[in-house]
Amino acid sequence: MRDTIRFWLGDEYIVLDDVPPAMTALDWLREKRGRTGTKEGCNEGDCGACTIITVRRNTSATGTEDLAWSAVNACIQFLPMLDGAQVYTVEDLRAPSGALHPVQTAMVEQHGSQCGFCTPGFVMSMVAFRKRAETKNGPVTDTDIDDALAGNLCRCTGYAPIIRAMRQALNAGPDRFDAETAKIIRRLAEMESGAGVSISTDAGRLTIPASTDELAATLHADPAARIVAGATDVGLWVTKLGRTLTHIVFIGRIPELRHIETTAEGVTIGAAITWSEAEAPLCAIQPEMRDTFRRVAACPVRNSATLCGNIANGSPIGDGPPLLIAANAELLLRKGDQKRRISLEKFFIEYGVQDRAPDEFIEAVFVPAPKEGTLFRGYKISKRFDQDISAVMAGFSLTLRDGCIRTARLAFGGMAAIPKRAAAAEAALTGRPWDEAALAAARDAISQDFTPLSDLRASAWYRLEVARNLLTRFHAETAGPEPVRLSVRTSCEETLHV
Amino acid sequence: MSDPDSPFDLGAGMAGLSTEVIDGTEAETSALNARPAPQNAPLKLVKGGASQPLRHESGVLHVSGTAAYIDDLPEPKGLLHLAPGLSTKASARILSMDLEAVRAAPGIVLVLTADDIPGHNDVSPVGKHDEPLLATDTVSYYGQMIFAVVAETRAQARAAVRLAKIIYEDLPAVLDVAQARAAGGELVWRSLTLSRGDAPAALPKAPRRVSGSLSVGGQEHFYLEGQAAMAMPGEDGEMRVWSSTQHPTETQLMVTHVLDCPGALVTVEVRRMGGGFGGKETQANGPACLTALAASITGRAAKLRLDRDDDMTITGKRHDFVIDYDVGFDDEGRIHAVDMVLAARCGWSADLSGPVTDRALFHADNAYYYPDVRLRSEPLKTNTQSNTAYRGFGGPQGIVGAERLIEEIAYATGLDPLDVRLRNAYESGTTRDLTPYHMNVEDSIAADLMKTLAEDCDYRKRREDIRAFNAKSRFIRRGIALTPVKFGIAFTATHYNQAGALVHIYTDGSVQVNHGGCEMGQGLHTKMVQIVMREFALEADRVRITATNTGKVPNTSATAASSGADLNGMAVLDAVTKIKDRLIMFAAEHWSVTEKEIAFTPDGVKAGDTLIPFPDLIKAAYFARISLSSNGFYKTPKIHWNPDTGRGRPFLYFAYGAACSEVAVDTLTGEMQIERVDILHDAGQSLNPAIDIGQVEGAFVQGAGWLTTEELVWDAAGRLRTHAPSTYKIPGCSDRPRIFNVRLLENAPNREDSIFRSKAVGEPPFVHGLSVLHAISDALASLNHYRTCPRLDAPATPETILRCADRLRKTAEAHAAPGTA
Repeated sequence: MRDTIRFWLGDEYIVLDDVPPAMTALDWLREKRGRTGTKEGCNEGDCGACTIITVRRNTSATGTEDLAWSAVNACIQFLPMLDGAQVYTVEDLRAPSGALHPVQTAMVEQHGSQCGFCTPGFVMSMVAFRKRAETKNGPVTDTDIDDALAGNLCRCTGYAPIIRAMRQALNAGPDRFDAETAKIIRRLAEMESGAGVSISTDAGRLTIPASTDELAATLHADPAARIVAGATDVGLWVTKLGRTLTHIVFIGRIPELRHIETTAEGVTIGAAITWSEAEAPLCAIQPEMRDTFRRVAACPVRNSATLCGNIANGSPIGDGPPLLIAANAELLLRKGDQKRRISLEKFFIEYGVQDRAPDEFIEAVFVPAPKEGTLFRGYKISKRFDQDISAVMAGFSLTLRDGCIRTARLAFGGMAAIPKRAAAAEAALTGRPWDEAALAAARDAISQDFTPLSDLRASAWYRLEVARNLLTRFHAETAGPEPVRLSVRTSCEETLHV
Repeated sequence: MSDPDSPFDLGAGMAGLSTEVIDGTEAETSALNARPAPQNAPLKLVKGGASQPLRHESGVLHVSGTAAYIDDLPEPKGLLHLAPGLSTKASARILSMDLEAVRAAPGIVLVLTADDIPGHNDVSPVGKHDEPLLATDTVSYYGQMIFAVVAETRAQARAAVRLAKIIYEDLPAVLDVAQARAAGGELVWRSLTLSRGDAPAALPKAPRRVSGSLSVGGQEHFYLEGQAAMAMPGEDGEMRVWSSTQHPTETQLMVTHVLDCPGALVTVEVRRMGGGFGGKETQANGPACLTALAASITGRAAKLRLDRDDDMTITGKRHDFVIDYDVGFDDEGRIHAVDMVLAARCGWSADLSGPVTDRALFHADNAYYYPDVRLRSEPLKTNTQSNTAYRGFGGPQGIVGAERLIEEIAYATGLDPLDVRLRNAYESGTTRDLTPYHMNVEDSIAADLMKTLAEDCDYRKRREDIRAFNAKSRFIRRGIALTPVKFGIAFTATHYNQAGALVHIYTDGSVQVNHGGCEMGQGLHTKMVQIVMREFALEADRVRITATNTGKVPNTSATAASSGADLNGMAVLDAVTKIKDRLIMFAAEHWSVTEKEIAFTPDGVKAGDTLIPFPDLIKAAYFARISLSSNGFYKTPKIHWNPDTGRGRPFLYFAYGAACSEVAVDTLTGEMQIERVDILHDAGQSLNPAIDIGQVEGAFVQGAGWLTTEELVWDAAGRLRTHAPSTYKIPGCSDRPRIFNVRLLENAPNREDSIFRSKAVGEPPFVHGLSVLHAISDALASLNHYRTCPRLDAPATPETILRCADRLRKTAEAHAAPGTA
C-alpha cells in the first residue's frame, strides 16, 4: 500500500502524505495552495462557485484512449479523492503567454460576468462542457448547455450573456490543452500503480482499497469505517454538520466497482459508477429514464455522485430508488466473502435503517431489461426544475398483456419515510384495462398508501395531490394522445434585439 | 463594429448609438453646457467612453480568478478567524451561557461576548439603538449573534462554536404578519399614510368595488460572495477594515461606535463585492464590527467570512408583505378610488424597514393615477431576521399591490388587463398626473411604452392564440401578461443624495479615479471610468479606478437606491471638470490660443492647430505647477420630502419600462416554464448600453425568481428552514426565458439633468419579473374560463400554483353543476 496520495495540479505533480482525510479539495486549494480563484459560495455543492476540473482516462467505452473531463464541486470533494487525477483550476486556463482560454475570452466579450464571484466556476463548467461537446454527435442544443450549467448559480446576469458566451466558445478554436492530450494521458498512466493507499494522521485514517477484497478486509477490520464514493452526501456531514470521520474508505477507484456490464437480461452498474457514467447504459435499456436522469442533480454532482451511493444512503428523497424499484432492480451486496442479492425495495427497512450490516458493502445494482409491453415513466417534481431535491419522485412501470395490466410497479420517493411502492394503487390497477376507470381507482387508492409529511419543500396535500396527478399524467402519456409536459428547449431559440 | 481585440467590441447591433445623437442631445438639452466645455463640437468621442458600450473593468480578472474578494486578499501574519455563535430560539431570555468548552477547544484565542465591547453594543443603522451587535440578556430571533469565537483557523472557530451551552427561557414569539397583528401589532417604525382626496368617501360612490388581500413573499439576496470582513489594527488605535459592504461610511461609523473611537482612526475599504443587491447595505456591519473588535483586543488581524447557512440564518432579507386592498372603479375599468394597507414583516429591529415600507407606499400606484387614494404602511415587528434593503427597497412589493388592483378590475369588467393598465396610466400635463404623495409625474411614458411593446411583441394576437390553445389543452395552460414599471429615483432620505469623488492625473498622463460608490457587479466602476474617458478622450487603459476607501472619499452614501452612477457620476464629472478647466486655461495660455480652441480628442489635445499628446500636456502643466488632482461633489437638486405631511418631491425623476411574459403551466403539478419575454426599458441616454442590458436581463430573472421559486420557509419555532441553496431555490440557468428579447428605449434622454442624461438602472427592471406572475395568473384563469381573478399569491411555487388551479377548477365545477347559479 502507498502512504501518499498523488495527482497533478496544473503542471505541478503533487504528492501528499499528511492529508486529513476529510479535508476538502476547496480548503486545500484556497488555504494551502493560495489558489483563491476557486470560490466558496455555499460549501454544499449547490452553487458551483468552487467548480474545478478533474481529468481521468476513459478507456471503458470503446477501448480507444481518450480523456474524461469532469467538472466537480471542490467544496465537497475530499482531497484524497483527487488521487490519480489531473486537476485543473481556473488558474490553469490561461496559456503560458497569458492569452485567455476561448471560454474566458467569450465570457469577457459577451459581458458574462458582473460581480464575478460565480465566474471562475462557470468558466470551469464551460471548459469541461466544451471538451465533452467535441465528442457529441449532432449539434449542441440549448438544453445541453442548460444541463451543463445547471450546477452553477449566477445571481447577477440572468444567464443570458453566459449562454451567448458558451455559444461563442463552442465555435472558437482549440485551447491550450488540446495540444497536451498525450502528455496528460502519460501523466495519468504513470500514476496508475494498482496499489491501494493507506494514510494515518492525527485527523483520522484514510484507506483507498485497490480491490473489493481489500475493501472487504478493511471493513471487516473496522466496521465503523465510513464508505465514501462521490462524497456528495457525506461531504456535507463534514462541511455543514461538523461531523468528524475517523476512518474514510474511498471506493471510487476500485476496478471491480467501476464495472458496467450489459447483457440481454439487463445492466449491472458497479458501486463506483457515477450518475454521469450510468446514464448511457441505463437509458439504453430504458430510454424513459433519460428525462429524470438529467434532473437528479446538476452535472458536477452527477460527475461525482454514484447511483449506488444514492441507494446506500437510504434517503427517503433520493431520486434513484423510486426509478430503480419501478424497474424491479436488485442489489448486490458483499460482506467478507459472502455475497447476496436482494430486491432493491427490500433494502429500505425504515427511516435510517437499511438491510446492510456495518461491514457489508454494495457491489452493484442490477437493472433488468424491461419486458415487452412495458409502459415506463420516471417523474421528478421539485420547486426548481434543475438541481433541486424532489418534493415527489415517481417511477411507474406497467406490463400489459392482451390489453390488461398484468403487473404494476408504482414507486414513490418523498411520500414516506423510505422509497416505497403504492401497494393499494398497484392492486387497483392489476388485472384491468389501462383506462380512465382504472386510473380513477388508482388515484383513489393512493391515499391508502401514503401519509406524507409537510416540510419546506411541499405540504402533505401537495405531495398526495401530485402523486395522484402523476398517475393521470402517466395515463395521458401512455394511453392518451395528449403530451402533458412542458416543452424542453431544443435549439438555440434565443434571439437578441438591441 | 467587430474588432476582436477591442475591449469595447460588443457584436452586431449592441452599440445602437451614434456619437452624433449623443452630441446633439447634449447640445440641445444639457444644462451641463453651463460649464466651460469645448465649444468646437461635434467632437469625435473616444471609443468606449460614457454613453457607449465598454466591457466590465474587471472582466478579465473575473474570468481568470484573479479578481480579489475579501477572503482572497493576502492574509496578514498571525491572522485570526472568527465564527459567530447563534441563538437557537426565536424569543427567549438567556438564563445562562456556559462557554468554557468553547474556550477550551483547540486553537481558541478568545471568545467575544457583549461584555468585551468597549463602546456601544449597537449597530442600528438608523440610530434607533434597537440592534445590539451581540445579544445580551434576551434573544429576539433564531439566528441572532450571541457570541463570537476567535481562533487560529476558521475550522477551529466553526467547530468550537458548537460547544456552547446556553440555557434559555422561552418568551412569546411572533413570526409573521398575522401573528404580529394578533399580538397587538407592535411596529418597528412609524406608520406612514399617503393620501389625496377622500378614498373612504369615494369608494362607496364608485360604480364597482372589489376588496381583497394578497401576500407576497420575501427574498434572500443570495449574493454569491457571503458576508466577509477583515480588520487589521494599526498604531495608536488605528483600524483598517476590508469589508464586503455597500456602505463603507456606515461600516466605519459602526466600528467607531463599537470600539468607541473617532472616525478618523478607522478606514474602511472595498474593491468589489461578489454581489450585494441591498444585502450588504447594513448587513455587512456586524461582521466588520466583530473583526474590528477582535483585532482591537488581540492586536492581531482578524477575519470573518460567514458560512452560507450562517449568513442566511443571520441576515435580513426582502420584506414579505400582506396587502389589504379596496378599489372602486367603473365599467370602463377606470379607477375611482384606492384604499390599501401594506403590512410588512420587518423582523426584530428597525434596520431600514421604515424607508422600505415608505417606498412600498411610494410605488403602490406603480404607473397609475388614483383619483382618491389612501395608502398606509404597517412596519410590523416580528421575531425573525431583521429585514433590510433588497433591490427595489419595498417598491416592487408596492407595485405587486397596484398590479393586483388592475387584475381585479380586468376580471370584474372582462377587459384585457392591458387595456385597464392603459386607461389608468398617469397622463403628464393633465389633471391625471398627481401621485399619492402630491408629486406631479412630469414625464409619464408608461402608456407609450406599453403600447410600443405590445405592438413589437404581437401581444394581442398572441393573447388570442393562447386562449385558443387553452380551450383545447386539458392540462398544459399558457398565459401572457404585459406589465409596466414606473420607479422613483433618489434616496427618500434627502441627505443621502450627495456624493464625492477624487481624481488624480499623474505626470505620465495616467488617471486615477476614486469615488464614494461601491462596485458589486453592476458596472458602476466601469461607468465612472467611462466618464473620465469621455471627458479627457482617453482610452480605458489610461484610466484606473481604485478601491472605494473612506480615507479617499469620506462621508459617502450607501451604493443603493439605483443611485450609484447618478450621484457618483456627477461627482466624478465635477472633479474631472475642475482639472479640465485648469488644463484648458493653462493650455490656452501656453499655446497662445483662446480657451475655446482647446479640445480633448482621441488623437490628443488640440490647441488651435497644434495637437498635443495628453501626457505631454500633463507634463507641461505639471512643470507649470498646475494642480492635477481634484475632488468632486454633487447633490441632487429639486428633491424634498416631508413624511409628516406625506407631501413632497422625493424623486428627481422616474425610470420606466414594460415587460411582456408568456408562460406555460402544468396544471397537474403546478410546474411552470417561462416561454418568452420581451422587455422595453428606459435607461435614458444609457451610460453603457451593454452593462444596462445586463442589468435588465439580470434584474428580470431575479424578479421572476422572487415571485416563483424563491420561497422562504420558517418552522413553528421560528427557525429558517431554507438557509442554503439546497433548500432555497434561486433561478438556475434553465429557468431563464426560452426566448428573451431585451431592448433599451432609444432616443430617450433623461429630461432631468442627470449624468449625460442617463437614467438609473439597478432597481427598476427588477419589477419586470411581475409580468411572469401575471402571466401565470392568466394561464390559471383559463381553468375557470377567465371568469374570476385567480388571486395568485407570490411566490408562485408549484404548490401555490396547484392550489390556485385546484380552487379555480372547483369554482368552475360548481359553476357548471346543474342547479347552481
